[in-house]
Amino acid sequence: MSFTRRQFVKGGVTAFTFGFAAPQFLSELALAQGGGSRNLVVVYLNGGNDALSTLVPYGDPDYYARRPTIAVPAGQVLQVGTDRGGNILGLHPALTGLKSVFDGGRLAIIQRTGYVNSSRSHFQGFDIYGTANPNNSQGTGWLGRYLDTLPSPIDPLVGWNTTRETPRPLVARTVGVPAITSPATYSFASPNAGAEAGFERTAATRISSHLPADRPHLSFVNSTTQAALGTLDRVATVATYRPSLTYPGTGFGQALQAVAGAMNRQIGTKVFWVSTGGYDTHANQNPINGAYNTLMLTVNNGLSSFYNDLRNQGLLDSTLILIFSEFGRRISENGSQGTDHGAAGIMMALGGQVRGGLYGTAGRLRNDPGNPDVENNAIDVRHETDFRAVYARVLDEWLGANSSAILGADFRTGAPAIL
Amino acid sequence: MLDHVLRRMGFGASQAELDKFARVPLVGVIGHLLNYERVPDGIDAKINDPNYVAVTTRGQFQPNTVINDARQRWLFRMVHSERPLQEKLALFWHHHFATAYSKVGGTFGGEHGTKMMDGKASEVAGSRRGQIQLFRDMATGRFDELLIEVAKDPAMLIWLDGRLNGRARPQENFGRELMELFTTGVGHYTEEDVHAAARVFTGWNLRLSGDRASALTSYYEYVYNANQHDPTAKTFTFPVMPDGSRTIPARAAADGEQDGIDLIRALARRPETAERLARKFYAFFVSEFSAPPDALISDMREVYLNNDTSIRAMLVRLFTSNEFLDPANEYSRYIWPVEYVVKAIKETGWTGLSVDAAMTPLVNMGQQLYEPPDVNGWPLGPEWISTASMLSRMNFSATLMANQRFNLQQASSSARQSPEALLDLHLKRFTPSPLADNTRAALLDYLRQGVTWPVTDAQLANKASGLGRLIVGSSEYQFN
Repeated sequence: MSFTRRQFVKGGVTAFTFGFAAPQFLSELALAQGGGSRNLVVVYLNGGNDALSTLVPYGDPDYYARRPTIAVPAGQVLQVGTDRGGNILGLHPALTGLKSVFDGGRLAIIQRTGYVNSSRSHFQGFDIYGTANPNNSQGTGWLGRYLDTLPSPIDPLVGWNTTRETPRPLVARTVGVPAITSPATYSFASPNAGAEAGFERTAATRISSHLPADRPHLSFVNSTTQAALGTLDRVATVATYRPSLTYPGTGFGQALQAVAGAMNRQIGTKVFWVSTGGYDTHANQNPINGAYNTLMLTVNNGLSSFYNDLRNQGLLDSTLILIFSEFGRRISENGSQGTDHGAAGIMMALGGQVRGGLYGTAGRLRNDPGNPDVENNAIDVRHETDFRAVYARVLDEWLGANSSAILGADFRTGAPAIL
Repeated sequence: MLDHVLRRMGFGASQAELDKFARVPLVGVIGHLLNYERVPDGIDAKINDPNYVAVTTRGQFQPNTVINDARQRWLFRMVHSERPLQEKLALFWHHHFATAYSKVGGTFGGEHGTKMMDGKASEVAGSRRGQIQLFRDMATGRFDELLIEVAKDPAMLIWLDGRLNGRARPQENFGRELMELFTTGVGHYTEEDVHAAARVFTGWNLRLSGDRASALTSYYEYVYNANQHDPTAKTFTFPVMPDGSRTIPARAAADGEQDGIDLIRALARRPETAERLARKFYAFFVSEFSAPPDALISDMREVYLNNDTSIRAMLVRLFTSNEFLDPANEYSRYIWPVEYVVKAIKETGWTGLSVDAAMTPLVNMGQQLYEPPDVNGWPLGPEWISTASMLSRMNFSATLMANQRFNLQQASSSARQSPEALLDLHLKRFTPSPLADNTRAALLDYLRQGVTWPVTDAQLANKASGLGRLIVGSSEYQFN
């Protein structure tokens, strides 16, 4: 069925037509729309990841000069070779699993990603990565616009957000992506047992099915409840998923296990959203024994489990994992052994069909305003690859979409050939 | 409108509270709620009184040193305080100055962390109040003074790393967020201003005082550390000195604390700050659905600027506006999870209920107290609503009604003759936004299912609790 409702996005309300399938058809629809087909898992490192600690330019003396206490020692990096600019580089020592994927040719590392006049605000920066429009951080997101291009009617589980709020990148015009933080608690409770509980669920389903045009906010809540009730039973099948190995107990690890479960159960989800936080390392960054090491361990252990689980199930070739953050951090450390908000960052992609390797060039970190690789009075790394070029590659080559239409311009030229 | 006023200036009302104000004109109710300093604040003494909502203790109840007990005490206060606006504003400022226990307690341990978040001054070492107590104390005072206290607040000094800000290489976390989130908002400062602000607050640090023998007898407090202050001049792109100068002059390090006070006073007095606060208050107290009238925002801005950044002056203008009492603005906000839980408890009843029952549901709804997701606070409005959060809200409603099943049956005995009578009775107790016709029809059909009216006691218990669950779990109830 089809009806009119409004979508509420950060900063405004816009009217649109929403195509949405009745719950009883969803399972068949899910299979028709893509059970077993390609999916994209987007991993957000929340807080502004310090790219220079993820991929260490251990041959650059200025890296050590500008980071007297928080540089990763050259002897400890996991060497990944030389980029096309001749810079020797190494992964953070905790990223042993990602190093294996790199060695297997399935991890692409794109250096110095960003955009002109990079926002140093977490929230604006994240929204810009979300909308893929540095001039407008409001409105729909790039993944949401992709979902909008899928043929109607849409299965609500076409997107799966493992966090509580819908992040900017998933904000769509026509598709409401469900937030499923834990399949195990995604259920419907009742103060009564037996038939009475069934009567309540029937009533709740009926109440939420009504979408009055003159009460758009009520319709929005009803449609959200409707999507929840309509997908409960399928999500419950994910809760019983038994992975081929044990995932870490971290929130990140558990979220990835749910994603693997959804793939295993052929839910049909095309875009998954996973987030892990703590990257706003203004103080005591301590990349070897402290905070940043813990962050890298969380990412490495979660992704390693996920990657190996998918490989064991034969799902690796249909999966692409894309990792990003809202900005990189300052080149020089501050007085509290941390780094403040900076500019260019790093993006990574891994999966069974990724063309692994080092993309782009490491910036020279010399503290000299004339150095073309830096900006903001030589405080920050200047971007080399527009983040939208990476999006374009993913949209065109992985999702089979038209990146120009979704991104509003052609970013294909010079895009890193990660796929 | 009385219930509307009590929902907006508080957390809704129990029947007893509605009765208390029934004969007071609305303007009197508003004045009573606004001038809460005149009302004694002795509600904490009622914790563990069986006539009040319960708390669940694991051993001794220690709300000053155990964070989950602190959460329960705050929820208790929201349910029962006779100064509801004070708690409401404390929640507003908690959102505005969003500070998370996980970092504070993670840095200095649970006892210190809890004290720093919400320790009650009269009950903790050194009489040091926690951050939420600071908000309660200064909720309607001068914004510049509130900002200065926030800048010196131990939890904030940890949260935004001010405790580590020294002159050798200043760090920008607090200076940036002070402008981006606490005052003017993004777009009204430059990167150069961020560098300068970081230098301004060098030396605004933290120290451990009291008897260091244990975390219970010692406490963290703000200290101005002149040795760590950068004494050179700082230039901004906007006026920062009372004479309109954009440069804070070089000062002797011993006098350098004044740098921060000058900057805060200047930021608090910027029109962009005033307007941003006015719009935040409007969305919080009046409507998220309609843009505030320019004239009202302008009035709020001016009255704030003309009264030494008085929050109270701004709120008086807001609460006496036509918009505040405009029926079109009833139910024109998405209810926050904490508001939802407290309102549901006040309307359903609490005999035999512990606020502990709301702890995990609040996490799943996306609003754990003392744990905003980041320095920008909680995502508000429609962003509260997702499939997972709606299931959590509906399931909390189920938990609450299961707990109050017997009480609801007793209270509903006069309505056992017909579905219509029970629905009418429940709609006197619960205050959802007006029910859609479809909702009303679905509720009546639900009441008819499986029983023949009049119903037995057992059937009444089922239907009274089930109906309560459906109303409090309905979309209509998600608006405040």
